[in-house]
Amino acid sequence: MSKPKLALYWAASCGGCEITVLDIEEKILDVAAFFDIVFWPCAMDFKYKDVEAMEDGSIDLCLFNGAIRTSENEAIARLLRRKSKILVAFGSCACDGCIPGLANLTTREEILDWVYRGSPSTINENGVRPQPKVRVPEGELEIPEFYEEVRTLAQVVPVDYFMPGCPPQPPQIVKVMTAIMTGAQLPPPGSVIGAGDKTCCDECGRTRQEKRVKRFYRPWELVPDPDQCLLDQGIICLGPATRSGCGALCVKANMPCRGCYGPPPNVTDQGAKMISALASVIDSQDPEEIQRILDQIPDPAGTFYRFSVPASLLHRRRSAPAA
Amino acid sequence: MKEQERFEPRIIGFLCNWCAYTGADLAGVSRMKSAPNVRVLRLMCSGRVDPTFVLRAFQLGADGVLVAGCHPGDCHYQEGNYKALRRTLLLKRVLRQFGIDERRLRLEWISASEGEKFARVANEFTEEIRALGPLELTAALETGPALELEEVRA
Ligand code: SF4
Ligand code: SF4
Ligand code: FES
Repeated sequence: MSKPKLALYWAASCGGCEITVLDIEEKILDVAAFFDIVFWPCAMDFKYKDVEAMEDGSIDLCLFNGAIRTSENEAIARLLRRKSKILVAFGSCACDGCIPGLANLTTREEILDWVYRGSPSTINENGVRPQPKVRVPEGELEIPEFYEEVRTLAQVVPVDYFMPGCPPQPPQIVKVMTAIMTGAQLPPPGSVIGAGDKTCCDECGRTRQEKRVKRFYRPWELVPDPDQCLLDQGIICLGPATRSGCGALCVKANMPCRGCYGPPPNVTDQGAKMISALASVIDSQDPEEIQRILDQIPDPAGTFYRFSVPASLLHRRRSAPAA
Repeated sequence: MKEQERFEPRIIGFLCNWCAYTGADLAGVSRMKSAPNVRVLRLMCSGRVDPTFVLRAFQLGADGVLVAGCHPGDCHYQEGNYKALRRTLLLKRVLRQFGIDERRLRLEWISASEGEKFARVANEFTEEIRALGPLELTAALETGPALELEEVRA
């Protein structure tokens, strides 16, 4: 009998999701023995045309990491969707948009302007901008189009499972791969796998008190007490607005949770959840004082939606409508 | 501009049961003239207005959102309106970063006897949003997930 086929792909991502697959250590040998790896651009030499030549639905499992930023990302997402029985949004970029998705707080034009004109290290006297198509003596060259906005994988194609995390943690990957390889019953399509069903706070051993915050601190401004809840100490910790699953890794290293496991179950909008949680810990009833305390948070949207701007209800920044 | 071409803003009003809603009701029974643009949703307390409700209202086509509760010190659940105050101030900053004019979200204290204030706020806010123009998030956001019942309960 031929082995089940496995594909791995990276779209708009940092490569961390590729490394985390290798971080399952010797278990990778089991995976390689069980599956026939038919596509994995980061590690093996396959071409897109190899995938195009495959029969529809012939890939048993596709782990797709990365957000959708360019026309190439979108084309491969559609191709792999067609070829795969099970498509997994693997990692925060594919699930929620993650760090590439922060670009949705600015515009395409602002990004291009900064990179090709504004930044101090740019020398571009002729004001050259990348063009999707360009003629050179050898013929026509084509590069992918850079979209106006970053989208999640599920905003482009139907997704069977969501595996959050930046990156998904190796013990969770082992759990999921073992379940798949032993033929265990998988949860209904659309489910989050490889994560918990509570919040990061539930995995955190710190002592919580009645929260009374008069001042917020950036993580570098103080050495936090290792036993007390970070939020109680005025450090913005996204624990209450983040799904469990990592084992509160960052918090154990005395750093606040940034929210990489995405919103917890039954929460659509991670940032809204965090706004709600923060509003409960601030100790003031005076509008001016509240404003002063809030002003200590330099970038609320980028902090509360660090991993989820594209998946959020507002999705991206609007340019102000013409008055 | 001709009367029928005038932009009619859609405004969602989250009103607390004990003060603001009663105030709005009073405006109604006293036959005060107040803009019909504010569509009222009654909640037990302004502290119940989850920021998700506000964002969802904008996403589904609201041009403005009014949150109204009891005056400071008068909330029937002690702290709810202060919570609403802190949430609103923080949410306004986030809205600004998403390119949404923060005036589209407004917080007001309206007591049960202030029917007149409700009418004035509804009229003023409607005119303010009319001047700001339509927000039109709906079309661009059709990929947004649906609000689940569990989320309302959460
Ligand atoms: S807010 Fe952070 S530090 Fe506090 S309990 Fe939650 S995860 Fe732990
Ligand atoms: S503590 Fe938060 S940011 Fe850190 S790995 Fe866990 S979910 Fe991600
Ligand atoms: S009951 Fe009116 S604001 Fe809380």
